[in-house]
Order: sequence, then structure tokens, then C-alpha cells
Amino acid sequence: MLGAATKRSAAEEGKPTMSERPAGVTSTGPATKAGRGAKTIEARDVNLFYGDFHAVEDVTMTIAPNKVTALIGSSGCGKTTFLRSLNRMHELTPGARVEGHVSLDGEDVYAKGVDPVEVRRLIGMVFQQPNPFPTMSIYDNVAAGLNLNSRRVPKAQKDAVVERSLRGANLWEEVKDRLDKPGSGLSGGQQQRLCIARAIAVEPEVLLMDEPCSALDPLATLAIEDLIAELKNRYTIVIVTHNMQQAARASDVTAFFNLDATGKPGHLVEVGATNEIFTNPTEKQTEDYVSGRFG
Amino acid sequence: MESATVTDSSALARPSSLLASGAGWRRRAKDRLMTVLIAGAFALAMIPLISLVYEVTKRGIPGLSLDFFTEDARGVVGEGGGASHAIVGTLVITGVAALISVPIGLMGAIYLNEYGQGRLRRALTFFVDVMTGIPSIVAGLFAYALFELFLGPGIRLGVMGSAALSVLMIPIVIRSAEEVLKIVPNHLREAAYALGTPKWKTIVKVVLPTAFAGLVTGVMIAIARIVGETAPLLVTTGVVDSMNSDPFHGRMQNLAVYAYNEYRSPGVFKQAAYDKAWAAALTLIAIVMLLNVAARLVYRRYKTEIR
Repeated sequence: MLGAATKRSAAEEGKPTMSERPAGVTSTGPATKAGRGAKTIEARDVNLFYGDFHAVEDVTMTIAPNKVTALIGSSGCGKTTFLRSLNRMHELTPGARVEGHVSLDGEDVYAKGVDPVEVRRLIGMVFQQPNPFPTMSIYDNVAAGLNLNSRRVPKAQKDAVVERSLRGANLWEEVKDRLDKPGSGLSGGQQQRLCIARAIAVEPEVLLMDEPCSALDPLATLAIEDLIAELKNRYTIVIVTHNMQQAARASDVTAFFNLDATGKPGHLVEVGATNEIFTNPTEKQTEDYVSGRFG
Repeated sequence: MESATVTDSSALARPSSLLASGAGWRRRAKDRLMTVLIAGAFALAMIPLISLVYEVTKRGIPGLSLDFFTEDARGVVGEGGGASHAIVGTLVITGVAALISVPIGLMGAIYLNEYGQGRLRRALTFFVDVMTGIPSIVAGLFAYALFELFLGPGIRLGVMGSAALSVLMIPIVIRSAEEVLKIVPNHLREAAYALGTPKWKTIVKVVLPTAFAGLVTGVMIAIARIVGETAPLLVTTGVVDSMNSDPFHGRMQNLAVYAYNEYRSPGVFKQAAYDKAWAAALTLIAIVMLLNVAARLVYRRYKTEIR
């Protein structure tokens, strides 16, 4: 039933599981021209709360650079909540609370004195529903990261950044002649690629994607997955997906989250190389989920 | 297990054939009756509005003349003179009131919608609601008392009228701006945060531009509301016959008080005075109408389709 999980890249070395990988180990991926590279994220004993409700329990995992890590699991098991805690978006919900450690390249992201705005510049996010800014043109949308972050960038440089980001998102050829048209005039798949271009324009070290393809048709999904395969050479990518086949296709490492029962906190069941998780999982829950016995 | 069967002539009984359901004439008749009643109610509601516009136009037109718009009433004892001082006064007083109310109201709405939490927010919302119900004369007396504290009794200034009108206008601006800001979807704010944008910048560069059309409409409607207020201006700006466009010195006339005055003290040439009063009323209605039209145009031009 499982079949061979097809993957784009060859079998990977280094299978980070919950027991291996001592905390505090850092590694950096190949640096881009701009000098930043893909970075490692370490999560240790992360517990997430909405008010008194314990949403996610004791997550410890390492997210390796230049790899795509997929978070899978059934609805409501805390994957998106955990994802949002990585770039300090979780705390934007009133009453939300984070306990535990999350570090980017060895630095604690939740330390006192760390500006969450800076964290979010380094860890970018793409959302489930494409959300280009409706009052801005395509050009301004991509440059929004620069404009909104009060970086005075000369126009020539901004043009270069916009072109580079749109090329990086495989959108340049389609929109290069209408950069001043509103961002909302594109199709769903194009809008999502625009949001990806916007996210990579600020050159983050990590890119978080919350079910980026769930609102898209299969062709657009394929385009995004191809894009992710290219992007991982420059960034660390974490993607939350409901779609197991997508996780099998597009990721190098898979982490499976689960709930014991509704109302209980979600927890990380198993994390490992995607090949292993789908063909030879350690935990029974994982095997039940990936073989479709529940989900 | 037996299932209950509906056998009597209840509404669920199946007609013997669809054609036989011509017995639905009862329902159709009821439908028609309700339509007539509702249309009648609408016509009834329209009658005062149409009659008002008709009367004001009919009686106001004789009072309109070039003089009406260009002359003031300085030194006039006869039939002549105009209301240019009143028109300018209305524009100045309303303009200054808007200048005061819009920034305060907008910032209040931004605070309530984007930053406010818990008890302080609830208290503020309560007070804003109370303020929307303040009688206009009370607002006028408040403004008078405030300026009397600093400038002595009997003081009359254009800006006092603006202050009184602001008290009435600020809660309206806050309410409508808050509604518009609420409509801006949260995922746009999140997109900006995810790029590493500070909160205030998100509001200025993403939320406000998205809400712009609605905000302008709200402000224009608030202005239209206060442009005809008479009572607060009677006690704050006074009555005067000559042109004064300086809100910080001296009495200032305005259309509402002008109309009241012409009616109240028509002098020897009663009909001319009444004509001018009606003309002033007509001008006020025209101003409100222009504001509403402008609001619609701005809305259509600047509204953002939010998917």
C-alpha cells in the first residue's frame, strides 16, 4: 500500500530523530551571494498554549539546513501551531504562550531582549491562502519586505532584488511586463508564487510554509513543489502539509504529529528521513497514519 | 420500526399531482399582499423625505440669487444682502471641526481595533457609545464653558463652534473607522508581520491603505451629520452680519444659525427674510448632498477588492 515513496533527491544521510542530535549543535548551509545561508533550527521541549489550553506538548527536533522538513499529521494536532512558534507568530494570538527553547543557528529566538520583528525577518513565512497586499502592485508586493522594513534601498538595487526574487519564484517570465499591475489580478498559483517571491526577497535563512498548496489546483501545486526543490539549495524549508503524497514527494525529512484524543495536546510522534518514515516507520501510530488507516 | 406517516392535510402532504398544486393560490395571494404592504410602507417612508425636498426647493429658490452667494448682510436693513458670510462660516467651522476630529477619531479607532485589550478597551468603547448620544446643545455649552474659562464670559469664536462640533463628530468617526478597520482581513496583517514588519508600520502601510476608501466615506458621512447643527453654534459662534473667515477672532455666522435668525427676526421685509432662510436651508441640503456624492465617488475609485 505504501509503495515506493518517490523523491526528487537521492537518499539522504544523517537521520535526525528525537534521541540523536545533541542540542546546541549548529551547522550552516552553503552561503548565498548575500552572505547569509540556510540555518539550522533547534526546538527543545517546546510546549505551546492558547490561554490555558495546552495545544502542543514537548516537541524536540532539529530542522536541518538546505533540506525540506515536512510536518504531517491529522487536523488539529498542532503542526501549524508549532510552525508558527518557530518565527514567533504564535504569540500574536491573544493569550498564546510558548514554553521551551527554539534556537536559530544556536541563538535562542525567545531570549529576553530579542526583537520578534528581527526574528521574523530571518525566518520567513508563506501562508495557506495567498495573501498579496491588495493595495500594492506586483512590484511593490515583492519589494514590500524592503519597503516595510524601513530599509532605504536605491531604486536600481530594488529592481534587482525584485527581479531576482521573481526569478527565484519562477514567476518572472509571467509578470515581467506587468509589474505595476495590482497583485490581486493573478491566478491562485501565481499569487502564491508572488507570496513566495515576497518572502525570499528579504533573504531569510529559513522559509516556513503553512500548507502552501492546499488552495491550489494540481498543476499549480506541481509548480510550487518544483520551486521548493530549487529553493532548498538556498534556504532551510519547513512545510506543513495535510497531503501525505506531497510530503513523500517534496520533503527530505518528515515529522509526524498526532493527538491522543480531541482536547489533548498534540505531540511529535516520530521524525526521520522521509523514505524511512513512509516505508519503515518505527512507531505504530506513524505506520497507521501513512498507510491511511486513519487521517 | 414504524415510521410516522403524515396523512392529514398538513403542509407536508404530497399533492396528488403537481398540476393539482394550483391550490397554492392562497400562498400566492399572501405573497402579493405582503409585497403590497411592504411597498406601501416604503412609499409612506418616502413621503416626508420627498415632501421636504420639494418644499425646501420650492421656497428656497426665490431666495437664491447671485447676491445670496456673494454678499454678506453687513449694514443691510432692507431687502438686500446675502449669505456669503454664512456660507463661508459653515465651511470654515465645519472644516476646522473635521481637522480636529479626523486625526483624533482615526487614532482612537486604530487604538481600539489594533491595540486595545481588556478593561481599558471596554471602558473606552462604552464612553464612545455614550458620546454618540450627547445632545448637541450640551456639546455647545461644554465648548462655551471651556473657552469661557480661559477667555472670559461672553466670548464667541468660530473655533468654539468647531470644538463643539468635534465633540459630536469624534464618536461618529471612531465608530465608523473602527468598523472599517475590522473588515481588513487579519491575514494581510500576518503577511506583513511574517516579513518582519513592526506593528505600527503594518498599520500605516498595509491596514490604512486597504481601509482608505471606507475611512474617507466614514469621515464624509460624519461631516454631513454635523454640518447642519444649529444649537451648539448658537451659543458658541454667535450671530453676526459681516463676513468673518478667521475662526480665532470674533463671531462667525453659519448657514444653520443664519436660517434660524432670518426666520426669528425677519425685520420689516418679512418675505425677503423668509426667502433667504429657505435658501440657506436649501444650500445646506445641497452641501450635504455634494458630500455624499463625493463620498461615493471616492469609495468607488479607491476601494480595494479583498479576496
